[in-house]
Amino acid sequence: MTLNEFVAGVAEQFEDTDPAEIQPGTRYQELDEWSSLVAMTLVAFVKTEFNKSLSGKEIKDCNTIEELYNLISSK
Amino acid sequence: MKKAYIKAISYYLPKRVLSNEELLTLFPEWNSDKVAEKVGVQSRHLAAEGETPGDMAEKAARQLFYEHKIKPEEIDFVLLCTQSPDYFLPSTACILQDKLGLPTRCGAFDFNLGCSGCVYGLAVAKGLISAGIARNVLLLTAETYTKYLHPDDKSNRSIFGDGAAACLVSTSGVAEIGEFALGTDGSGADHLIIKTGAARSKRASGFADTDDDGHTRHDDYLYMNGTAIFNFTLEAVPSMIQDILKGNNLEQSQIDYYVFHQANKFMLTTIRKVCRLPKDKFYNNLQTTGNTVSSTIMIALKDCLDSHTISQGMHVMIAGFGVGLSYGGCILKF
Repeated sequence: MTLNEFVAGVAEQFEDTDPAEIQPGTRYQELDEWSSLVAMTLVAFVKTEFNKSLSGKEIKDCNTIEELYNLISSK
Repeated sequence: MKKAYIKAISYYLPKRVLSNEELLTLFPEWNSDKVAEKVGVQSRHLAAEGETPGDMAEKAARQLFYEHKIKPEEIDFVLLCTQSPDYFLPSTACILQDKLGLPTRCGAFDFNLGCSGCVYGLAVAKGLISAGIARNVLLLTAETYTKYLHPDDKSNRSIFGDGAAACLVSTSGVAEIGEFALGTDGSGADHLIIKTGAARSKRASGFADTDDDGHTRHDDYLYMNGTAIFNFTLEAVPSMIQDILKGNNLEQSQIDYYVFHQANKFMLTTIRKVCRLPKDKFYNNLQTTGNTVSSTIMIALKDCLDSHTISQGMHVMIAGFGVGLSYGGCILKF
């Protein structure tokens, strides 16, 4: 999965946020809609698409969507 | 070896109903529609002030006796799955032997498990029957997690509900209990825990900190690391499903229905997708009960039998997973 495809996938996990607002450099935890529930949908997304586990700490420690993508790619 | 069967199931839900609308008045900033959609719970039942899981198990058992015309004197073993016993000692199951009028020639004990408890109870009951130790095992599950929740813990208050179930496992019945796959990962014990009140730390500590998901973690209340439990489940369940199929000499295509622990709608949907299970054969309904911990599978089975979603001739896979961390599943041949 390319970075752009990943960004599009992450955008789908948000329901009320304009997908245009979600870019590789977006600091996802600063989005208005961000919540622990969205974090959980991210975990599910990464598990179903990559078959990899993402912990709450990893989601918290990454800033941008690109950082998250790089972390998952390195797993 | 003698075969063991589920003969009858009944359940009990306490009277008091807590709706999302009522929760919203306590947490005005809460987006209840979104939570209800994700978590799949509109309302849940709460045990009354002095009502214990022991009391609820008694009511579920009485309902079972009434609904299925079972005589208490036929019971020769009672198992109670709860993490909220009436006392440190004796076992609440011993008290229930007396309250329910079961024979004194009746074995009784509690076992401490949560969301996997129903499956473990069936495994133990099957063992007792297969070995000829008992003929009619009364398996009870009862939990009041809502009493362990911090008043400000809106995540868990939206998910959990109280309830109890009663199941008769016998030498004949409606569903033969097939082979099991069971497992445990105690390294995750801290992920779903109440730290104080028992032998390790008897006194309340009043301590609280914040976990990686930004949730407050109180020593004296139920703490659940949702992400960790979610990841554990997504790791454990797919291989457990394969083990259950293998142990029962079945192919996935031969499974007619899946009844998994009703943790929450979102988790169930994700498990279903990860395991590539067909949506129309996968039970996902906790709208009016919430997650009743060890009772969700029995409640679901009973509702599926009543609605004829499950009928004779079907192979049904059940699975539970959660606190422990513990998981287990088996095949029921209706």
